[in-house]
Amino acid sequence: MTVETRTKPISTSLTAGKLPRWTTPALLAGALVVCTVLLGPENFAGGIALGAVVYLIGIVTLSGIVEGRRKATDRFVTSLVVAAFLIATIPLVSVSWTALSLGLPRLDVAFFTQSMAGIIGEGGGALHAIVGTLLITLAATLISVPIGLMTSIYLVEYGRGPLARAITFFVDVMTGIPSIVAGLFAYSLFSMVFGSGHRSGISGAVALSVLMIPVVVRSSEEMLRIVPNELREASYALGVPKWLTIVKVVLPTSIAGIMTGIVLAIARVIGETAPLLLTAGYIANMNYNLFDGRMTTLPLFVFTTYKNSGGTDVADLDRAWTGALVLILIVLALNLIARLIARYFAPKKPGR
Amino acid sequence: MSKRIDVTNLNVYYGKFRAVEDVTMTIEPRAVTAFIGPSGCGKSTFLRTLNRMHEVIPNAYVEGEVLMDGENLYGTGVDPVRVRRQIGMVFQRPNPFPTMSIKENVLAGITLNARRLSTKEKDEIVERSLRGANLWEEVKNRLGLPGSGLSGGQQQRLCIARAIAMQPDVILMDEPCSALDPISTLAIEDLIQELKQTYTVVIVTHNMQQAARVSDTTAFFNIAGTGSPGKLIEMGSTEKIFSTPDVKATEDYISGRFG
Repeated sequence: MTVETRTKPISTSLTAGKLPRWTTPALLAGALVVCTVLLGPENFAGGIALGAVVYLIGIVTLSGIVEGRRKATDRFVTSLVVAAFLIATIPLVSVSWTALSLGLPRLDVAFFTQSMAGIIGEGGGALHAIVGTLLITLAATLISVPIGLMTSIYLVEYGRGPLARAITFFVDVMTGIPSIVAGLFAYSLFSMVFGSGHRSGISGAVALSVLMIPVVVRSSEEMLRIVPNELREASYALGVPKWLTIVKVVLPTSIAGIMTGIVLAIARVIGETAPLLLTAGYIANMNYNLFDGRMTTLPLFVFTTYKNSGGTDVADLDRAWTGALVLILIVLALNLIARLIARYFAPKKPGR
Repeated sequence: MSKRIDVTNLNVYYGKFRAVEDVTMTIEPRAVTAFIGPSGCGKSTFLRTLNRMHEVIPNAYVEGEVLMDGENLYGTGVDPVRVRRQIGMVFQRPNPFPTMSIKENVLAGITLNARRLSTKEKDEIVERSLRGANLWEEVKNRLGLPGSGLSGGQQQRLCIARAIAMQPDVILMDEPCSALDPISTLAIEDLIQELKQTYTVVIVTHNMQQAARVSDTTAFFNIAGTGSPGKLIEMGSTEKIFSTPDVKATEDYISGRFG
């Protein structure tokens, strides 16, 4: 007994219907205009969202009729992907715009040359916070990079068995530590040694490095793993000992990726507030000494100034926004530096 | 410079798995010895035991003796790093160091070992090694450019130059031409003929014509089946192996009836 299966014969034609190129923009514009007008100006966002949905239904139906199912699916998924991208950029654009528009008024010379010592009302600056941020982050980097890099070298080049698995597991756990816990750790560590209520820049740096180490380990580990084994073997075959192979072949080959990872890890911790609240504290004066007394960082400056304003004091609010803007600019600069480093250190690839 | 290698009852293991079983052979100095055999028969593994490179793989170990001019490479107190300085190796895929220039690649074995040389000595070594690898004329005007910018065949000759810059006693080649086009292959084969004037050369190849063309002695390896260890079936002068081998399996393999 045979079961008769009927399949639709595949069309042998090489040509298929095609929507004209202007269909997409025309349909999108039409749907958006109609829906925003329909819902009125008080519900502009709703109009846009509805317009997008109407466009999606429209283009898929049209394409399904004219172009066939494969193209319709393609258009459907393309629209979803683009929509997801646009939604993802909304917070970014919104934050940048808000920080820029509200922060610009106080982005003046005084902001970069004065501290908040003795300032009541307008004026003053965040030099103490900028210096504090740079010093504490630098110290955190100096602590985390050697530890993180060496850990990743151990994991990739030497570690096997239970110890390596345990380290990988704990690094993963560390990645998920809430930053306030890192702050509490550094606070209690320094309190045990120097007595309760200890505040200093270095304790803040220790708290940040607790957050930074797992990021550095993870990113450098990835970079070391993608160094081809052939290069290690080539080096061993020349009678180069393992440690020299690591220092002179593996690290130079992966240095671009490692540096990028480090800079991104810095960018990740430079905006931390909670752990620094507990460890470095807040002070209105300049403090260049990491090891003595409280030290302000930009996130904490923003937080404290906003708190002081009570939501109404314009001078304080302006300062807070400018602080946020400067922080964003520093992170932006770090990302640019990471890209430049990656380009500069990358293994040279000449044109062929 | 050139040294003789005597292997006695060598077994190679990866953990519990025995990859190569009971190999006994003599590799003559100033001659080319070719290893042929089907994939997975342990010829590359065996080659790597000759300069202790297989130890790079975790859990790999060896039983038996490898004597280089009477000195056991697996004797107590032998440092694998020192062994590799005397027995150079060229790999299947050309692998110049991507961060280094052509010149630095040739000098890699010396500079990576932190030996200091004067500029004059360096230049001499670079020229001698590159000439030795038939690459000097092609690259003498761009020694400072990255080694990765050369063609595949040139890269492979750069790797050979890098190996001979260390002035080894023995050069091991693990399918050095399998990633190269026929013209580059010819260049390497010519080079092998020159190298055997000075060095002991051992080459693993899948290309039987190549074995017949370049080698003086041929060793045929085979396995009984997957999971069983590779064995040395027959070894003799290349002429004999390719015309009147003693073992049926060798004849079958060479005439293309299997493998």
